[in-house]
Amino acid sequence: MMEKKIWVYIEHHNGKVEPVSLELLSKATDIAGGYKDGASVEAVILGDDLQDALAELATSGANSIYAIENKCLKEYSPWTYVPVITQVVTKHKPDLFLFGATAMGNVVGPSVAARLKTGMAAHCIDLHINPQEQMVANVPAFGGKVISEILCPDNLPQMASTKPGIFEKKSFDQHEVKVIKEDISEVLEQIDLSKLKHITDVEVTPEGVGLNKAELVICGGFGVAVEKDWKHIRNLAQKLGAAVACTRPVVDSGLAKENQMIGTSGCSVKPKVYLGFGVSGATHHVCGMNTTGYVITVNRDKAANIFKYSDLCIVDDADKILASLDEAVK
Amino acid sequence: MGKINIAVCVKPVPDPQYYDRVGIDPVKKTIMRNAVPTIINPVDKNAVEAALQIKESVGGTVTLFSMAPPMAEPEIRKMLAMGADEAYLISDRAFAGSDTLATSYIISSAIRHVSQKDGKQFDLVLCGSESADGATSQVSSQIGEWLSLPHLWNVFALSCDGSTFRVKTKIENGYSEWEGKLPAVLGVSYDINKPRFTPVMSIMKAKHKPYTILTFKDMPEIDEAYIGLKGSPTKAGELFEPHNGRSGQFLDGSVDEKVKGIIATLVAHGIAVREK
Repeated sequence: MMEKKIWVYIEHHNGKVEPVSLELLSKATDIAGGYKDGASVEAVILGDDLQDALAELATSGANSIYAIENKCLKEYSPWTYVPVITQVVTKHKPDLFLFGATAMGNVVGPSVAARLKTGMAAHCIDLHINPQEQMVANVPAFGGKVISEILCPDNLPQMASTKPGIFEKKSFDQHEVKVIKEDISEVLEQIDLSKLKHITDVEVTPEGVGLNKAELVICGGFGVAVEKDWKHIRNLAQKLGAAVACTRPVVDSGLAKENQMIGTSGCSVKPKVYLGFGVSGATHHVCGMNTTGYVITVNRDKAANIFKYSDLCIVDDADKILASLDEAVK
Repeated sequence: MGKINIAVCVKPVPDPQYYDRVGIDPVKKTIMRNAVPTIINPVDKNAVEAALQIKESVGGTVTLFSMAPPMAEPEIRKMLAMGADEAYLISDRAFAGSDTLATSYIISSAIRHVSQKDGKQFDLVLCGSESADGATSQVSSQIGEWLSLPHLWNVFALSCDGSTFRVKTKIENGYSEWEGKLPAVLGVSYDINKPRFTPVMSIMKAKHKPYTILTFKDMPEIDEAYIGLKGSPTKAGELFEPHNGRSGQFLDGSVDEKVKGIIATLVAHGIAVREK
C-alpha cells in the first residue's frame, strides 16, 4: 500500500511562515501515527520568492515541501491560488489537507474543496485518525455549545481547518526535506487576471498589546459598554500591560473594534489570565476564551453563565470594581 | 453607471442569543433546539442592507434566495419588508441533510435557474460571511466556485458601479484592498453597515411582494448526485457537549476586599501589578 500523505497549506508573510501553519504541521506529525503504515507530512506553499520560508520549514516537521513559485502568485488572490492548488492536489492526490482557519484559509480551503467535490470540516478544535483510517474532526456548532465529529469517509482529500492557537507548535531538529518544484504556468495562463486584483494590504496596529501576545487579557462586556467604564478598561490594561478585548455589544456600541472581539466569530485567546468585567458568558464568547490559564470575572448577576467558566467569581457591579481596581494600581 | 441585479442569500437560523438552551438528546443523540426561536442569520441582514444601498445608489433589483423549510416564510418576508424586491425559498425534502458543498450547489443552481428563467443576469451575489449556527464560513466561497465567479470573503467595505467593484476585506493584522469585474460573489461581515429598521407599514406592504418556492422538480437542470445527504461528502459522527466548566470560587467582601483579592490573584498568576 502507498504511504498516506498529509498536506498542510502554508501561509507566509514577508518570508515568515505563519504560526498556525507550523501548529498544523506539528499536529500532522501527531496524527500520522494513526495510520498503520504511517504517513508523510507534506507542506504546500505558494508565492514568488519562497527562499526564507523554505529555510524555516526545514525545522517544521514536514518531510517534503511542494514549492510553487511564480511572480503571478506574489499577491494572494483566491482567483489564482484556488486553481493552482487544485491542480497540484489533483496531480499528487494527498489523503488529508489541512488549512489554518484564517482570512486566507477560510476562503482557499472551501474553494479547493468545492472544485474537488470533497468535504472540509471547518474550525475544528481537534483531529484524529480512527481505526478505519479516516480523519475525524471535532467541530464546534451553536457557538461551541455542541461539538460534532465530522468525517469525510468517501472522498479525498479529507480536509479540515483550525484557528490559530489551538494546536501546540512542537520544535523539530533540522532534518532532510525534499523540495518539489511544481510548474503551474499553464494553469495561470488560462486565468483572466483582470477579473480580480489584489491591490494592497494595509496593516492596522491594534491598540496596546496584541490579543494573542498578552499574558493578561482584560475583557469588557455589555455591563461596562459605556464610555466612562471603557476608559477604566483601557487605563487598567495600559497599567497592567494587558490586551483589551470585548464581546459583541461593545463592538456594536462603537467603543471597541471588531478585531478585539473574543468568540466564535472573533478571536480565540489563551492568555495566562483572563479578567472579565460585565461579561454575561454567552456560549459563543466562552468558546473563544475557555482554554485560558486562569479566569477571573465580575458580574452583578450571581447566576451569570460566565461564572460556570471562571476560577474566581466576584458578584458585584462590574463598573464599581473596575473603577476601584483602576484607582488601586499604577 | 448601469443598473445592478443583486442576489442575496439569507439563512434562517436558531437565534444565537439562546444557544445556552441547545443540547443533545441523551437517547437519540440528536441536537435538541429546545424551542429556540428562528431568526434570519444576523450578518445576512448586513448583506441585505449592502444590496439595498447599492440598489439605491445605482438602481437595480434585490432578489433573496433562502434554502430552508417552508415555515421560514415569515422571517424571509421580513427581509422583503426591509426593501428586497422578491424572494425565492429553495425548499424540498430532497435537499435535507445537505452539507456546505451540497448547500452551495443547490443555492447556486437556484440562482442560475432564476437567471435563465427571467433572462436576468445577477451581477452580484451577496452572502453573510458566516452563519451563527454552523459557522463554517464556507458557503459564500463555494457558491462563487460553483458559479465560476471571482469571490471574496469578510468584506467590510464595498462600492460598485454597473461593471466593477472595489472592496476591503479583513485580514489578521489589518485589511486588504481589491478591485474586480462583475459578476462576483461577496461574503460580507458585520461591520460593513448597520441594517435599517423596518417600519410596520413596510411589513404590511411586503405581503404583496413576489414570493416563490423552488422545489427539486422546479429545477430540472439540478444534478441529484450533488444534493442532500447523498451529495454531501462530510458526514456527522458522534455529538457531544464539551466539558469546559470550572469550579469557580466566589470571593465575598467589600469592594476594597474584592479589589485586593483580584490583585493578589493576578500576582499569584505571574502578572506584575504595581499598587498605589
